Amino acid sequence: MDKAIIEINNLHRNFKMGEEIVHALRGVSLKIMRGDFVTIMGASGSGKSTLLNILGCLDKASSGDYFIDGINVSELSKRELAGIRNQKIGFIFQSYNLLARTSALENVELPLLYNPDISAIERRERAITALKRVGLESRMKHIPSQLSGGQQQRVAIARSLVNNPVILLADEATGNLDTRTSYGVMEIFQELNDNGITIGFVTHEPDIARFSKRTIILKDGLITQDGIVQDRLIAKNELAALPVIN
Amino acid sequence: MNIVNLSKIAWKAILLNKARTVLTMLGIIIGVAAVIAMLAIGEGSKESIKKNISSMGANMINIRPGAGMMPGGVRDMSSMQTLKLTDYEALKSATLLKAVSPLVNGSGQAIAGSNNWATSIYGVSPEYLTIREWGLEKGTAFTNEDVKKIAKVVVIGKTVEENLFAAGEDPLGKTIRFNSTPFTVIGVLKEKGENTFGQDQDDIIIAPYTAVQKRILAQNYLQSIVASAISEDQATEAVKEVTGILEKTHKIPENEENDFNVFSQQELISTFSSTSEMLTILLVAIASISLIVGGIGIMNIMYVSVKERTREIGLRMAIGATESSILFQFLIESLLISISGGILGVLLGLAATFIVSSVIGWPVSVTVFSIVISFLVCTFTGIFFGYYPAKKGAALDPIEALRYE
Repeated sequence: MDKAIIEINNLHRNFKMGEEIVHALRGVSLKIMRGDFVTIMGASGSGKSTLLNILGCLDKASSGDYFIDGINVSELSKRELAGIRNQKIGFIFQSYNLLARTSALENVELPLLYNPDISAIERRERAITALKRVGLESRMKHIPSQLSGGQQQRVAIARSLVNNPVILLADEATGNLDTRTSYGVMEIFQELNDNGITIGFVTHEPDIARFSKRTIILKDGLITQDGIVQDRLIAKNELAALPVIN
Repeated sequence: MNIVNLSKIAWKAILLNKARTVLTMLGIIIGVAAVIAMLAIGEGSKESIKKNISSMGANMINIRPGAGMMPGGVRDMSSMQTLKLTDYEALKSATLLKAVSPLVNGSGQAIAGSNNWATSIYGVSPEYLTIREWGLEKGTAFTNEDVKKIAKVVVIGKTVEENLFAAGEDPLGKTIRFNSTPFTVIGVLKEKGENTFGQDQDDIIIAPYTAVQKRILAQNYLQSIVASAISEDQATEAVKEVTGILEKTHKIPENEENDFNVFSQQELISTFSSTSEMLTILLVAIASISLIVGGIGIMNIMYVSVKERTREIGLRMAIGATESSILFQFLIESLLISISGGILGVLLGLAATFIVSSVIGWPVSVTVFSIVISFLVCTFTGIFFGYYPAKKGAALDPIEALRYE
């Protein structure tokens, strides 16, 4: 917990909507340390998606600095940003975004196809390792339509892990899942975090936030709260406590 | 960015949409097949015309009387009597000619025993066979000695032999009468079949020109003089030389029109070739339109594909695809469609060509050039019609693309 993986200083992001200028972020400063598990919460329009897009290098701030793993992102070109996304960041989406009619294994391999330094053999090996980490080694040949929602999200998590990113960024990763499956997914996130992986997690469900270590609340483009989660839940225990359904 | 990986991605996308890809390819396939077949038919007819005309004697040069515009209109060529034996003698000195022969001809009735047959007789010198590149099936040709002696000997064509003599009967040494003048058959020409214009080239009797002039036609002028240049390349030069010699012997003033005409087989070939070439161009132009339509089909499908895969593009960008990776992915995809379409089109074109030649019996000739050119056109079509949709995909904003429903 000694090194800042992400450091943003006085970040602003303005959008021009016709005549009007919308200030989505109005000076956000934030540090995420290695091994952290941060939840970003906020109502819609609070700027949490904008913040996540900037953290994920899909968008650039209007002003302010952003360092990821010591690299100043504000100075990078579009092509270099794609490189950062490929090597440093793992994305997980609410709707999984797996390629249809493509096996779990091939879906997980996808990010490595854009990294010319990785051979086909290494690509396969790393994808298998990532699928094992999410407990899907028996489902590698399955295509998304043959997998449940929870399994699809686990494939997506494996895909985000395959390039050994410095941070996982999840956008409402449990939004499409029922409670039991959500807790299953959170269990995986907690396991990964226990093994030293840094996680940034956007959600609007307070009970999901309680699985993380730290919660940041955004309101009208500013951070209004930033604190350690006091009554942290352990997904494994919560799963066991859920009433058993036949 | 890695072209091999991008090709894999593109190939995968094609395999996932087989039916659509094949339908898209169909335009290209038909277009290419049409171009290949049309070029093969065009080239085939050109070659057959060339072959037919040169079968009438390669390097042949014809000298005919006439062409002078006289008051009152053009005179009938055959009635003009400007070509004389002196012209023939003069042309013997031409350096660019391999062989020269006078030609007088008439038509009439040939009779042998109880058979008779309407045919033509050609009075020529022995060199005539060299000029026409005609060979003998049996017997011998007449000689210059026969010409000098005005010998009544003939060499007959296959058709004449078949019509005047019973099957198995040897015509050599037999006497036939042409317009009541008796001639001794000393040779039979090899069969040559019909020429380009449908004339039976075997329906002919050849005799020394002196004999035909004196015994049959009773004329002292020549219908034409035929010659052959020493080589095909020299044909044009030879025409000039012949013209020069005849202008001198005919004493034609410089600014007056010649009373004779000289033309080579080459000119005849180029006249007919250019007609068939124009036809080929027309056919290929029509075929090319279907290729363009095929290209538009690719563009259409690529647009749909980019639109349909907007979220996929967003995802790819989020996990590290650069704009150029996306651009190349879709460009490779359209290129693969057009090139595979091209390959199938070439095969279909070859099949169609084969059917045309074996069923309809048209002369065809597939050239490597036509295959190479359709291939290049396909590649170009793939790039040209694939670029704009690919560019559109690459220009997508990843955030917007990921949100796309």
